[in-house]
Amino acid sequence: MSNLLTGPVPLSWYLILSAILFGLGVAGFIFRRNVITVFMSIELMLNAVNLTFITFSYQFKHVDGQIYSFFVMVVAAAEAAVGLAIILTVFKNRATLMIDEVSSMKY
Amino acid sequence: MNLWLIPIFPLLGFLANGLLGKRIPKALINLIAVGSVALSFAWVVKTLLGLSPIETKYIEHYFTWIQSGMLNIGVDFAVDRLTAVMLMIVTGVGLLIHIYAVGYMEHEGGYYRFFAFLNLFMFFMLVLVLAQNYLLLFVGWEGVGLCSYLLVGFYFTEQFATTAGNKAFIVNRIGDYGFSLAVFLILRQFGTLDFTKVFDASRALPVEASAGILTAITLLLLVGATGKSAQIPLYVWLPDAMAGPTPVSALIHAATMVTAGVYMIARSAALFTKAPITMDTVAVIGLATAFFAATIGMTQMDIKKVYAYSTVSQLGYMFLGVGVGAFSAGIFHVMTHAFFKGLLFLGAGAVIHGLHGEQDLRQMGGLFKHMKITAITLFCASLAISGFPFTSGFFSKDAILVAAYQRAPWMYWVGVLTAGLTAFYVFRAWFVAFTGEYRGHAHPHESPLVMTGPLMILAALSLGGGFINIPHFLEPLFAEKPESQSLAWLSAGVGLLGIFLAWLFYVAKPGLADSFTKSLGGLYTLVYNKYFVDEVYDVAVVEPTIEGSRTILWRGVDAGLIDGTVNGVGHRARGVGSILRLIQSGNIRSYAAWVVLGSIALLLAIGFAGGSR
Repeated sequence: MSNLLTGPVPLSWYLILSAILFGLGVAGFIFRRNVITVFMSIELMLNAVNLTFITFSYQFKHVDGQIYSFFVMVVAAAEAAVGLAIILTVFKNRATLMIDEVSSMKY
Repeated sequence: MNLWLIPIFPLLGFLANGLLGKRIPKALINLIAVGSVALSFAWVVKTLLGLSPIETKYIEHYFTWIQSGMLNIGVDFAVDRLTAVMLMIVTGVGLLIHIYAVGYMEHEGGYYRFFAFLNLFMFFMLVLVLAQNYLLLFVGWEGVGLCSYLLVGFYFTEQFATTAGNKAFIVNRIGDYGFSLAVFLILRQFGTLDFTKVFDASRALPVEASAGILTAITLLLLVGATGKSAQIPLYVWLPDAMAGPTPVSALIHAATMVTAGVYMIARSAALFTKAPITMDTVAVIGLATAFFAATIGMTQMDIKKVYAYSTVSQLGYMFLGVGVGAFSAGIFHVMTHAFFKGLLFLGAGAVIHGLHGEQDLRQMGGLFKHMKITAITLFCASLAISGFPFTSGFFSKDAILVAAYQRAPWMYWVGVLTAGLTAFYVFRAWFVAFTGEYRGHAHPHESPLVMTGPLMILAALSLGGGFINIPHFLEPLFAEKPESQSLAWLSAGVGLLGIFLAWLFYVAKPGLADSFTKSLGGLYTLVYNKYFVDEVYDVAVVEPTIEGSRTILWRGVDAGLIDGTVNGVGHRARGVGSILRLIQSGNIRSYAAWVVLGSIALLLAIGFAGGSR
């Protein structure tokens, strides 16, 4: 217990945190109805993965993980931009942000 | 020596007339067509004079056609004494018939096409005769079959002509199937198709007392020969082939193509002499065909059909000759047959031409005073085919019959009986056509010199050609058989009896023939309808084949199985797609759920497979 208070944070905690964040992101992605909330969940998932990368990079003393997290951040940013553009267009055409109502591309 | 020039001239004639014929005047077409054959004939003469006396085989190798593993087939032409005889027959009689055809086809349509095909035929026939290996011979073999189809179906607007052309080609093809199998067996047995190598190897083999590989090869070659040379059971195409113009009947179905089978057997003598079972089969088939066709020829009313069955019958004689080992006698008969049968057909053509298309004997009669040259030349040909003493037919037929007697006396007697029938039916045709009163409605006239000229030359050859001692000429290749005077004169006597009976039935007592046929009743009907062989073949072979093809092969296999499979692939793809599309429900959350489930499944799969390492 004293180790926990005075020593460094155990790396497993970071991984657990990352897993919890990822799980929350997935839950939000599946269960939330608002499109923007779904997007936020996606960002959450991406950031959880970033945390995992950094953790392992620190653990194995490889810089590769941090480079990967750069990539993930770039892709996340680009994807957010494009995704928000799509949401705006959908909102202009359908006047709704409820994901269940944008379902005309059926078989 | 440039042997290749011999077939090349007619080939060039074919190309020139075929490609340009529509735009050049008739005189030029004639010049090209006849000239190319004349050049070919001249080159043959020059070559033979240059090579004479032809002691050894003269071979020219041109290029290697097929080179694959152990298989090496070249394009080689060769001349030995047998080739020399065949070359002279093909180009010589061919030339006469080409000249005749200029007059005969005067008023016919498709003039240049006719001569182009005729020249093409000459090319293939010469390739066949000059070939030095079985494959090249087969090229010529197939080619003459093709030209036969093209020329028999020359009047292609007539249904019976095109049907006859099809029949000729298809029945030939059945024979070719046997020939192909024989070629495969020869290749397997000897490793080569070259004549010299095959025959040298064959001579080293023992005579096969029972069925062995050589018997199989030769029997299959015989199948090919029965197709090409119209023997039982594949003779049915030849009478129908009379639908073609008469020069075609003379050239292809009398003088040259049909003799290709006999030539091939004579050429393969080294194989046949080692397979006595096949030799006997050849002789029996030949004899049976000779007798059978002669009986049919006695009843026919169409002059060309009489001569067609006569051809089948005489080919039977040639087969009998080679079947009993008298190869040179068989080839001798090929030559004399080319003379007198060619003349018979050309003469028949002259009669038909003079009567503006009439072919039925019942519409003829008393034509002697209208077309004397035709009548006299046909009389000479009839004498020759009947074996009248000292005509060409006398010498060749007797060479065969005497050899047959030495093999088995009963063969001689059947042959003699058939000779009597031959004399009878050929003179029946002559008497009915040329004596008595004219029964038709046309204005008979004599043919022009361009047609009667070849008739006269062939008449001279029919009468005197027997003195060209072919068996002696072919001595180095085929041992000569001993003569027998008494047997020869006996068959000549039976021939004279046949002539007398024909005179009796059709000149002295005209009503006798009709009363005789009435008294025979059913038998006459059977023979007149050619023993219903065509009808039997139709029911037994043709109809089942067509029905089977239509029902099983077309509807079952092609439309059902193959189309079904190919179309089925498309249908299945559509089916699978129509199920998979249900995933696209438009509901984005369900997509999300699928993504999550899929990634979980993927992680589990990787985990179970031992990790990503």
